[in-house]
Amino acid sequence: MIFLAMHFPISGTDISPVYLVTIGFLIGILGGFFGVGGSFIAGPALRAIGMHWNFAVGTDLAHIVGKSVVAAKRHRALGNVDLRLGLIMATGTIAGAECGAQLIQMLKRQGNVDFVVSIVSIVIYSSISFFMIFESWRTVRLQKRRGRSKTTEIQRGRYAIDESSFAGLTRFIHRIPIWPLIALPTSGVKAISLWVIIIVSFIGGLFSGFLGGGAGYIRMPMMVYILGIPTHLAVGTDLFEIIISASYGTFTHAIKGNVDILVALVMHTGAAIGAQIGAILTQYFAGPKIRLLFVPLPLVGVAIVIYTLITGHKL
Amino acid sequence: MKADTSRTLFSFLVELVIYSVLIVIYFFLILHFLGDWLQHLEKENIRFYAVFSITLIIGQAILLEWVTTFLFRLLRGRSE
Repeated sequence: MIFLAMHFPISGTDISPVYLVTIGFLIGILGGFFGVGGSFIAGPALRAIGMHWNFAVGTDLAHIVGKSVVAAKRHRALGNVDLRLGLIMATGTIAGAECGAQLIQMLKRQGNVDFVVSIVSIVIYSSISFFMIFESWRTVRLQKRRGRSKTTEIQRGRYAIDESSFAGLTRFIHRIPIWPLIALPTSGVKAISLWVIIIVSFIGGLFSGFLGGGAGYIRMPMMVYILGIPTHLAVGTDLFEIIISASYGTFTHAIKGNVDILVALVMHTGAAIGAQIGAILTQYFAGPKIRLLFVPLPLVGVAIVIYTLITGHKL
Repeated sequence: MKADTSRTLFSFLVELVIYSVLIVIYFFLILHFLGDWLQHLEKENIRFYAVFSITLIIGQAILLEWVTTFLFRLLRGRSE
């Protein structure tokens, strides 16, 4: 009975709950481990079973809220959430998301929104992946040369040795003397301009509004390389921040009639357990390894966009 | 090491089975009855529906987090 399609009256779709729970579970693991919303998988997965695109986007956002609560709570228990940073970033993200949405409306009026968004996403996703391959590989090689194993990192239990081969860039950004300068003791940042954090989160929000989803694929790397947040903390804080920004997104989509909360609730039952598994798994991987494993995610996004461009079908 | 892995795997499978049973009960008892009322709410008062949706998903998240943590502790005898 549970394998059969269940009727969801709000969106008017018939979907198997097992399918929804399985998708939620897989996205939950990815979200808990990488700090991403997983909309690049959830959106196409909902579309593939006949849900309208507007419902797929809004419902996915609602499910992201629930999944992020579970994963962020687990990360908080592991000491991986910087609440201060998360709250500051939420303001920039919401402002950025609004601007991204306005940009989409502007492109819609000009009639070339699909092509522009597709090209921008291919360039951005590919750049993130190739940059992260290069950086993580370089860092892992550096650490191997120094004889630091992942076991050492876990045993030390501190984030100070979560190295990045772009630490020079981070140090330069930390020295930008634009007032007000704030400290982020949880993340080990002694002083950083508030504006740098706002700009980083604004860019994340801009991509979220422009390309859809939570934009964790761009925010998490920016937190590591630009703000200098240790990878485990970047994952946990990103999830905490996603709770606020995705809640805002869910509200705006819901009042436009784009959210089937029943579908989101069913999906979330799988995501709740997946997110916990993903969050626990981060304990067993060093920062650069997490970043290296992150690389295929934006490339999945590229494949989906290229498929859409070539076939004309939105996944 | 191998014994540890198989014990963890076994615990995880037991957790999944218990969790699945709870979820199936939840689907039929709660979501089934909630469906029509939520559809009505979405048509009648969209703003309240929006706020209620967020409350519902956050509430479910907290509840399920509590359930899974409880199962983890119950079956492994320790916190993760």
